[in-house]
Amino acid sequence: MSEKPVAGTVPDEKEAAALEAAFDAHVAANGKVEPRDWMPEAYRKTLIRQISQHAHSEVIGMQPEGNWITRAPSLRRKAVLLAKVQDEAGHGLYLYAAAETLGVSRDEMEDALIEGRAKYSSIFNYPTLTWADIGAIGWLVDSAAIVNQLALCRCSYGPYARAMIRICKEESFHQRQGFEIMMALCNGSGEQKRMAQDAMDRWWWPVVMMFGPPDANSPNSAQSMKWRIKHKSNDELRQAFIDQTVPQAEKLGLAIPDPDLKWNEARGHYDIGEIDWEEFFNVVRGNGQCNEQRIERRRAARDEGLWVCDAALAYGEKQRARKRREAA
Amino acid sequence: MTGKGGGHEWPLYEVFIRSRQGLNHVHAGSIHASDPEMALQNARDVYTRRNEGVSLWVVPSTAITASAPCDREALFDPAGDKVYRHPTFYDVPDDVEHL
Repeated sequence: MSEKPVAGTVPDEKEAAALEAAFDAHVAANGKVEPRDWMPEAYRKTLIRQISQHAHSEVIGMQPEGNWITRAPSLRRKAVLLAKVQDEAGHGLYLYAAAETLGVSRDEMEDALIEGRAKYSSIFNYPTLTWADIGAIGWLVDSAAIVNQLALCRCSYGPYARAMIRICKEESFHQRQGFEIMMALCNGSGEQKRMAQDAMDRWWWPVVMMFGPPDANSPNSAQSMKWRIKHKSNDELRQAFIDQTVPQAEKLGLAIPDPDLKWNEARGHYDIGEIDWEEFFNVVRGNGQCNEQRIERRRAARDEGLWVCDAALAYGEKQRARKRREAA
Repeated sequence: MTGKGGGHEWPLYEVFIRSRQGLNHVHAGSIHASDPEMALQNARDVYTRRNEGVSLWVVPSTAITASAPCDREALFDPAGDKVYRHPTFYDVPDDVEHL
């Protein structure tokens, strides 16, 4: 990547085509892109959309789990859940910071979320009805997130890849604490075992859908793979998750709610039944069980916190003014 | 890199962490805060939840002057043809020790 203009200068058409060709060659050779490097406008926009959606998912994801902090069954579980939810906040912040390097502000991203212009992972629009749901989220949702995020650690955009590496290191505890909760329930009373199975029954398919539409029906995937934003397709990631999770469910003694699930010797992978994409798109369109509640809570947190933001800014300004006076 | 939003956004700080005594501070990411003290607190909460550091620096992002990507050749190419700055440039006999 040589001959890049300083950010802000506008190259003519011929220069732009040359820049784009050089950029494509650079990322195709697994070269990294840093914030001040020249990049196609569509690459920047794609990344802003993807990273901000990812950040929103982390932040909204605190709600279903936060629902159980006060009702965790022991002090140990409560301390763990608090630490996990705090991690999700941290992950949201790493990601917002990565998106900000592309020239979008935190306020713009938050407004887009609250006004419904930005999406977040549909999985967080399902309710957490019992304690077993906290186990299922840690085990299944975080397992799926890890499969997805490990592939993103090699993303061509440096700040996003670095945030992913940090996040993956931290997610491992999330997954393990979830599996531990499920194991305790599965080894417990009949009622506890049923509670674990009920959580499995409700979360399995939404988690399988987390990887997004099948490759044939995923319009942005091909370009994202060409730009090395993504290294693996939705279907490849989904298959990896299923292959690693089926033996774990067997270990727990939980049934997977898919009568068509079976090992395919020829492929060396598990085959699964038909995914109900209508449900997926219905939740994406805002008609899930909790969409309204999730956004309403974000809106309230922003609106009710504005005076705190303003007061802190005013205090900071007062401190700076005092320092200037003392220096004078 | 400051906000274009509703005017409530706190300024941006860059966070640097010394992971242990004897190593240099390394850039970890950025954080919003209304003043430097809050930036330190927020950096602690966001970037060091697992003993990642023994020391933190926070620097207002606006205080950083960065070289432009297009200046790379002008800045760094002059070092390329000065191979005599490297010890391997020099021909010395193999059997002379401590060189």
